[in-house]
Amino acid sequence: MSMPQEHDYIGLSEPLPSEKSSDKTTAAAAASNVERNGVFSLKETELRLGLPGSEAPERKGGVGIGIGIGIGVSLFGKDESKCVKSGAKRGFSDAINGAGKWGLSINGGSEVDLGQKGGVNVSAVKREIPPLEERKNEAAAAANTAPASKAQVVGWPPIRSFRKNTLATNTPKKDDVGGNSGTGTSCLYVKVSMDGAPYLRKIDLKTYCSYTEISSALEKMFSCFTIGQCGQGLAAKENISESHLMDLLHGSEYVLTYEDKDGDWMLVGDVPWEMFTDSCRRLRIMKGSDAIGLAPRTMQKCKSQN
Amino acid sequence: MAYSFPEEVLEHVFSFLSSPRDRNAVSLVCKSWYEIERWCRHRIFVGNCYAVSPEIVIRRFPELRAVEMKGKPHFADFNLVPEGWGAYAYPWIAAMAEAYPFLEEIKLKRMVVTDESLELISKSYKNFKSLVLTSCEGFTTDGLASIAANCRHLKELDLRESEVEDLSGHWLSHFPDSCTSLVSLNMSCLGSEVSFSALERLVARSPNLRTLRLNRAVPLEKLANLVRHAPQLVELGTGAYSAEIRSDTFSSLADAFSACKQLKALSGFWDVVPSYLPAVYSACSGITSLNLSYAAIPSSDLVKLISQCQNLQRLWVLDYIEDSGLEALAASCKDLQELRVFPSDPFGAEPNVSLTEQGLVSVSEGCPKLESVLYFCRQMSNAALIAIARSRPNFIRFRLCIIEPQAADYLTLEPLDAGFGAIVENCKELRRLSMSGLLTDRVFKYIGTHAKKLEMLSIAFAGDSDLGLHHVLSGCDSLRKLEIRDCPFGDKALLANAAKLETMRSLWMSSCSVSFGACKLLAQKMPRLNVEVIDERGPPDSRLESCSVERVYVYRTVASRQRLDIPDFVWTLDEDSSMRYS
Repeated sequence: MSMPQEHDYIGLSEPLPSEKSSDKTTAAAAASNVERNGVFSLKETELRLGLPGSEAPERKGGVGIGIGIGIGVSLFGKDESKCVKSGAKRGFSDAINGAGKWGLSINGGSEVDLGQKGGVNVSAVKREIPPLEERKNEAAAAANTAPASKAQVVGWPPIRSFRKNTLATNTPKKDDVGGNSGTGTSCLYVKVSMDGAPYLRKIDLKTYCSYTEISSALEKMFSCFTIGQCGQGLAAKENISESHLMDLLHGSEYVLTYEDKDGDWMLVGDVPWEMFTDSCRRLRIMKGSDAIGLAPRTMQKCKSQN
Repeated sequence: MAYSFPEEVLEHVFSFLSSPRDRNAVSLVCKSWYEIERWCRHRIFVGNCYAVSPEIVIRRFPELRAVEMKGKPHFADFNLVPEGWGAYAYPWIAAMAEAYPFLEEIKLKRMVVTDESLELISKSYKNFKSLVLTSCEGFTTDGLASIAANCRHLKELDLRESEVEDLSGHWLSHFPDSCTSLVSLNMSCLGSEVSFSALERLVARSPNLRTLRLNRAVPLEKLANLVRHAPQLVELGTGAYSAEIRSDTFSSLADAFSACKQLKALSGFWDVVPSYLPAVYSACSGITSLNLSYAAIPSSDLVKLISQCQNLQRLWVLDYIEDSGLEALAASCKDLQELRVFPSDPFGAEPNVSLTEQGLVSVSEGCPKLESVLYFCRQMSNAALIAIARSRPNFIRFRLCIIEPQAADYLTLEPLDAGFGAIVENCKELRRLSMSGLLTDRVFKYIGTHAKKLEMLSIAFAGDSDLGLHHVLSGCDSLRKLEIRDCPFGDKALLANAAKLETMRSLWMSSCSVSFGACKLLAQKMPRLNVEVIDERGPPDSRLESCSVERVYVYRTVASRQRLDIPDFVWTLDEDSSMRYS
């Protein structure tokens, strides 16, 4: 990943698929790109969830956001129109089976560990899909192959958040204790809320290595409903153009902010990644208008980030 | 030919029955016993807050003084239940505030409790004595301030591992000077610093204080002051256990501890400086419970501490103890009943400590009273499990977590079916089992055949087919709670054993192969089961019926199947036989 991309954590300046080597995320990224385009025409048929009285912004650029959360904007407005009823196979179920990634993360829980470099434990993902024979073979295969990378599975190993967070902030003198410290020593769950969303999520900051990863993960997390409903939009994906994405970016209505250790709300992306994970206590996807006055990002700072 | 005792006599007899199960059994004998029993039941346990409604409870039991309730399913602890799912305490608190003005005790687990609820509790019950919130969330320290300020006769405030929004430590200062009734205070899950002088005065004026669990923010240098005010303590949770190494701090701490002749349980030990551990040695001979699961202490220091505790019955510890430490434990603590070993670095790719299956083998061999185990490790073998099962047929709780999903027997590369099979075959009184590692349908056959007393089973990444699930549902006669994740179990086993589900408290299945169609069918077939499809991808109707649902939570209920607080990502069967969605 090139440096300028890093700073542009809301990262739509280049189509996501080219950044990820994994096929799994390609399909989902493509799907989410599609939504940005397709959602306009599908807004009528879109199933929406949200608090009574909240409205979906009615603007063309409204869905665009640095992190693509705009999809979520229309998502969370209440609307009487019901989505396409059964009979229409969800367009993205192909993407699910093909991509494979949805099987584990979405089904596993509220976190989306899509940011993982190594991708998701393949054998576990495949479990999502029947036929029996395949599964038997995979189980045998899984028994004999060591996983290439330590992919994190949602909620596994089964350790309570309280304990996980405590371990994260514990600073044992590892040398005294004996044994080498592992590569990923802890995990840190933070709540992510989005203005207008009916409920919030929790993600583990330690599963991400960069702003780009976390932004695409959040984008998927908060747009999963729209992707679900607007399957037809997938067909239109070829129409997405880079300039269109840029328009969406600049017309973005939401920004990602975080509360740091001192209780201050800051814009995400201002500090080096490690500093961010150390000090972030909570995330909030805030309306751009509310974010005025937060510590502004300077080009200098961003460029010097790694 | 029926003759009956006067009601008063029966009531008196019933008053000796404390267990809810006994009380429930009594109430089924005949109508008059039902009536008598319900008027004199003072304590109630509701294992699933959605199995019944406040109205039903209040109608049946007019004289309750203590309510214990559980909300979210167990897998919520591991973030498998989305936020906003439910388990709100407020409707219960509000209904009970009207019905039970003399309520004294409330114990909640895995429920969402708001400050509003806490305030209502503090103002509604004149005689309120005990609030225990285990793994709850949704409230802030402001709610605690209400409790402190208004509950004049408060004996117990216990916030075990709850997620509290910590606005400030000021809440503790709300205990009025007139409050001298405290018996138990557990604030270990809170982050903020409380006023130390307020804390000290509170402890000093509470002669009945038996349990004091401090939070990390209470510094070690001040611990001795507190302990000196409460030599009658039975359970103590320290705050941070680190300070500059100074002999005066050490000796005042050691003196304070030596005055505590009743101390039985120690916990806390955040950020430990091992040199300070010997300060507790004087209390060790009486210690029966030691929770060091947040303490990074090297194995050698752990062994020194543990070998002082000859009467230890319960030990919770991090895997820093290593196999060698567990061997020492097995040698010195012959009364050990419960062991929990937690991982210090669960997400590291390589093991950071030398803790293997051998540690568990040693303890099982050496501790004849060991009956409850929770063990995290990175490798396991059938041979070890078989040895453990043979040494220790008296296990009632056996929870093994091999950190890598589907890890095979590291010696033979076979599945661990034989090992877990040996556990269920030998341990005839086993009530709770959690499994991990590579497991095929065969292990479930063993479980169905042998685990007749098993009440709770947790399965992850295991099995090959529906047959596995079928073995469990058809064979485990005592099963009450079954939780499954990422297993290829689907419709056939579920539907074939639908009736079984009504004899259980609940079934949780996530990332399995249960189709939406099967969920609908199950809900239609079984009117007293609530089948909740928890799916964040939108309405299941918009997908094929054969599509697997993300999660399904099935529980028996006598309340309405359309709970009023159902969120947008949960679907249940509508009474007109179509799956309701928002």
